[in-house]
Amino acid sequence: MSSTNVDDLQSVVRGGPARGGAGDRVFRGLATGAGVVILATLAGVALFLIVRAWPAITASAEDLPGGENLLAYIWPLTFGTIIAATIAIVIAVPLSVAVALFISHIAPRRIAQPMSYLIDLLAAIPSVIYGLWGIAVLGPASVGLLRWLEDNLGWLPFFEGPASATGRTMLVVAAVLAVMILPIITAVTRSVFEQTPRRLQEGALALGATRWEMIRLTVLPFGKSAIISASMLGLGRALGETMAVAIVLSVSGAITFDLIGSGNPSTIAANIALDFPESSGLAVNALIASGLVLFAVTLVVNMAARTVINRQMRI
Amino acid sequence: MISKRFMPACVAFAAALTLAACGASNEEEPTNTPAAGGESTPAAEELEGNIAGAGASSQEAAMQAWIAGFGEANPGATISYDPVGSGGGREQFVAGGTAFGGTDAHLADEELTGAQERCGGPDNLIEIPAYISPIAVIYNLEGVDNLQLSPETVAKIFKQEIKTWDDAAIKADNPDAQLPSDRITVVNRADESGTTENFVEYLAAVAPDVWDFEISGDWPVKGGEAAQGTSGVVDAVKAGAGAIGYADASQAGELGTASIKVGEEFVGPTPEAAAKIVEASQETDDPGAHVFTYDLNRETTEAGTYPIVLVSYIMACTQYDDAAQGALVKGFINYIISPEGQEAAASNAGSAPISDAVRQKVQPAVDAIAAS
Repeated sequence: MSSTNVDDLQSVVRGGPARGGAGDRVFRGLATGAGVVILATLAGVALFLIVRAWPAITASAEDLPGGENLLAYIWPLTFGTIIAATIAIVIAVPLSVAVALFISHIAPRRIAQPMSYLIDLLAAIPSVIYGLWGIAVLGPASVGLLRWLEDNLGWLPFFEGPASATGRTMLVVAAVLAVMILPIITAVTRSVFEQTPRRLQEGALALGATRWEMIRLTVLPFGKSAIISASMLGLGRALGETMAVAIVLSVSGAITFDLIGSGNPSTIAANIALDFPESSGLAVNALIASGLVLFAVTLVVNMAARTVINRQMRI
Repeated sequence: MISKRFMPACVAFAAALTLAACGASNEEEPTNTPAAGGESTPAAEELEGNIAGAGASSQEAAMQAWIAGFGEANPGATISYDPVGSGGGREQFVAGGTAFGGTDAHLADEELTGAQERCGGPDNLIEIPAYISPIAVIYNLEGVDNLQLSPETVAKIFKQEIKTWDDAAIKADNPDAQLPSDRITVVNRADESGTTENFVEYLAAVAPDVWDFEISGDWPVKGGEAAQGTSGVVDAVKAGAGAIGYADASQAGELGTASIKVGEEFVGPTPEAAAKIVEASQETDDPGAHVFTYDLNRETTEAGTYPIVLVSYIMACTQYDDAAQGALVKGFINYIISPEGQEAAASNAGSAPISDAVRQKVQPAVDAIAAS
């Protein structure tokens, strides 16, 4: 484009027809096309799930896997999915926020930079590797801790036991998931923490605040919505994580809050991955119906996150 | 060895003249060169073409040995086997998607009628035992090398009624062993499996008072350690101190395997002891001339017999639309039940070779496959 006058630029920015630029028309077409494709894909996935789940939804109870109604089949899986993701978030969020604060405000620059690279690197590790690590290293290593939890905190329903001898428990799965979502939450919160207006931070320090007080009074309030949205991003990944759960978790029970035993409910995603190859007929439809539930849960989580963030922005 | 270019001519000839002998009429000499030619055909031939099978994952290691052994003699033949599991194998076979199938449990109900339909009649369905493998009770318990268990005790342990290793019932079976007071971790299959089905069938047969669950391929007891596949169970038992599980004996590795009380003595899961049970068992009332399935006599008290055994069957038809396919199936199954084939499976998969008596019984079924 040769013209540099302001009207031209504005019309380009507004998306109006640029004068004589074939490149612009192509670009505009491609960008619009990309947007439409994404929406169409989303709609297509939703449609596929509903259509393929429908036979299971309308089927009579005795034809379904488990011989009970569809809800009785999907509910334990949903419960397992939610509990695994929730505990993962409970572990990961404080850890991620602390790491992000360390990088943005505590560590000297020459440590902070390589450290943030390393954290990003965690996100690049494939989930199957996390799964193998969980079953081969973290699981066996946690056996002593699980035993200790049962002996000392056994009065809590979470640590009722009997403690697993292999460590293939919900708590270990949640820990693996926490490590997997840690890089996402850390990266998002760190970049926002770094944006905290300098004058606010300096003002707090000038008023005699210690570093912790300065962070508590300026950085954390400023980054609150970022922490929430990052957590929801992490939660989304934890809800849908398949491979790591499928490899690590010992699934032989129904709904239980016991996090350290062998009898755990499966998660929706892991159950689909493990059962799909051996399934046929209506069982496949039931699996897809559980996938539909996962889809819905993830949508709800994301919409809730958006609402929370929007409310935060207005204040 | 006759050159490969004779092969197409032979198939065409056979197709035209319905000359069965051109296929694989080697009943007298089940060697590893199938289709070596009966007395009526002077020309021997190598088999060519593709066939696909699917089914029990228990047969996977044996199937690899069979495919390799058969492929050596017939370089032009490509045989594939997808170890999707018994259920999937039966389904694909019934649907006509595969030329042969492997299954741990014999065909019944709708699957049986479906398979008969697929093959074109009750007498056209072939189902013969091909793979016999002992299922070992594997355990991980330091300081105890030779665990002995009576059937009742096995059932109670796996029902999680016996919770510690120093339980009186285990002590009674092992008077000399130093049993720790550790907790028992029961490891079972998470997926539906023929191994599970055979194991619980045994438990229900020998300890009906304890094991009051319905028999199926799904493990019935909740709350145990569940692991995916045979390797998953073996890994979990290895990882868990005080763990006990059940798995194909060939996969037990360095884990301890319990000896099971049969009659008055304790018998370990050896191939010889496992093969004996088929001889001690009754054939089922077979729904066709070429179906040979067994109701295993799990309660046997015969000395030296190991009763926790998995018998896996091969399914095929006597007739295929494509004659070349029939010839290939015939040659392949002939190799599987031949002494060489069974030996190859034994060395590769640790299975128990089928006895000569069983081989003689099932040979006519294989011979009945029309290769033209």
